[in-house]
Amino acid sequence: MDSPGETAAATPGDGGEAGRTAGAAGGCPGTDNIISVRDLCYARGQAKIFDGLDIDIRRGGVTAIMGPSGTGKTTLLRLMTGQERPDRGQVLFDGQDVTKMKRRELFRMRKRVGMLFQNGALLTDINVYENVAFPLREHTRLPERLIRHIVFTKLQAVGLRGAWKLMPAELSGGMARRVALARAIVMDPEIIYYDEPFVGLDPISMGVVVRLIRRMNDVLGLTSIVVTHDVDEVSTIADCSFLLSDGRVAASGTPDALRDHHSDTVVQFMSGMADGPVPFHYPAPDYAEQLRSMRGG
Amino acid sequence: MFNGALRGLRAIALEVLYNLRGFFGTFGAGQLFFLQILVNLPYALARPRLVVKQVYVAGVQSLVVIMLAGLFVGMVLALQAHNTLSRFGAEDTIGMVAALGLVRELGPVVTALLFAGRAGTALSSEIGLMRATDQLSGMEMMAVDPIKRVVGPRFLGGVIAVPILTVIFSAMGILGAWLEGVVILGVDEGVFWSQMQAQVELREDVMSGVIKSVFFGVAASLLAVFEGYNCVPTAEGVGRATTRAVVHTSLTVLVLNFMLTAWLLGGN
Repeated sequence: MDSPGETAAATPGDGGEAGRTAGAAGGCPGTDNIISVRDLCYARGQAKIFDGLDIDIRRGGVTAIMGPSGTGKTTLLRLMTGQERPDRGQVLFDGQDVTKMKRRELFRMRKRVGMLFQNGALLTDINVYENVAFPLREHTRLPERLIRHIVFTKLQAVGLRGAWKLMPAELSGGMARRVALARAIVMDPEIIYYDEPFVGLDPISMGVVVRLIRRMNDVLGLTSIVVTHDVDEVSTIADCSFLLSDGRVAASGTPDALRDHHSDTVVQFMSGMADGPVPFHYPAPDYAEQLRSMRGG
Repeated sequence: MFNGALRGLRAIALEVLYNLRGFFGTFGAGQLFFLQILVNLPYALARPRLVVKQVYVAGVQSLVVIMLAGLFVGMVLALQAHNTLSRFGAEDTIGMVAALGLVRELGPVVTALLFAGRAGTALSSEIGLMRATDQLSGMEMMAVDPIKRVVGPRFLGGVIAVPILTVIFSAMGILGAWLEGVVILGVDEGVFWSQMQAQVELREDVMSGVIKSVFFGVAASLLAVFEGYNCVPTAEGVGRATTRAVVHTSLTVLVLNFMLTAWLLGGN
């Protein structure tokens, strides 16, 4: 695996001084990109979520996409996987534009990827074993003996072989996410998308999931994209991080490089400051004026 | 004052237009959804285990409600028929009256309404919750079409279950009518059954009820899965979808019943 570069890039208008060096788009090193997002624009109603977003995801690495709540991290995953269509721009998956794919092409592409949803998204009417076997039963005609072998191999990898009989309702949050991870890798995908994989986990479960993401990536030769706002956890495993703000990449680079970044947005996010470019208060009229008008009314 | 009234009328007209637009929009979307289900039905047919499970969930689990309701509807029918017909000395015909009322009208309609309340709500809320908990998105991300895997088998299960439940409802109704008429009110048993046998036609009466129940099964199952699949993925959205499924199914069944009755009687 390529060693991560020690650089960080600032986008125009970011105001940071750390725009030292960058890749073509976004700033992480490497030329072998499995996903390239180009000039992506997406609005929900009047709200602009992305306004000319450019990101390159390097093949074989763990890439973190970070940002404050509401910056469109999950939306970006949905756009990357063709669950939503952008207003403008391209999402190139191995050179093919996801935004122009028809349903059949999208499904063909999705057989090459896995996705871990925030809540696991396990099918609640079947047990752990059947959940992991689900993609195999749908897409292959493998004999039951082989399916059993594959399912137990994947469950063993996430440490839950003994839980194969349990129903999803009987699993803890961390276990459900590990089962979902086993299901995501059961078809041996090239890339896995993780949508907020650390939310709501206790420290032990979180540690387990963090290590699993890195280990799976390295052992299985995957590409991992982790959408999260947990800076500390993802920093331990990410080769490259992108920080989203105002519909663009505010900064990108290795986790260490982001920590040294001087942009106000990056500093606020990385150090968890309550106020800054991302304001603590939702836009509101002057408080004193509001109180006066209430008294008058 | 005149201007105020005009403004009020305009607001009402706009509201009606808005609702009409919503109705036709939903109606069109429902038709497209139905078409999608039909196109994808071979998938469900190739996996009979999925369909059998849904027949069990929608049908077998509704049996107690359907049987109890059928029994009491039959008893009430016999009681009312006896009360009215005895004034003309025709109380012996209550078996025929109850059977005709049950197999032609009450059986299909009440079964469809009960199905909407018991199994239809379960279908809507189950699919709605699958939407809210990303299970449907998860399937799409595994390159599995939820219409094929989730909606199709549930729709088919409902379509198969409703006519069977209707037959059971009518049978229990007739049993209830016998219990009330023969056992409690003392109508002659031989006359009760012979009148029924002589007057109830298999092709005209029984089949018309079965035909209706097939239409009602399609309508009730379609509306249940449609509302669940298209619900807003929140707790409130799932609740609203479930309510809409019951209300829309009830109205659709009653309107359809009139149209089908007119069509079937016109054919005689």
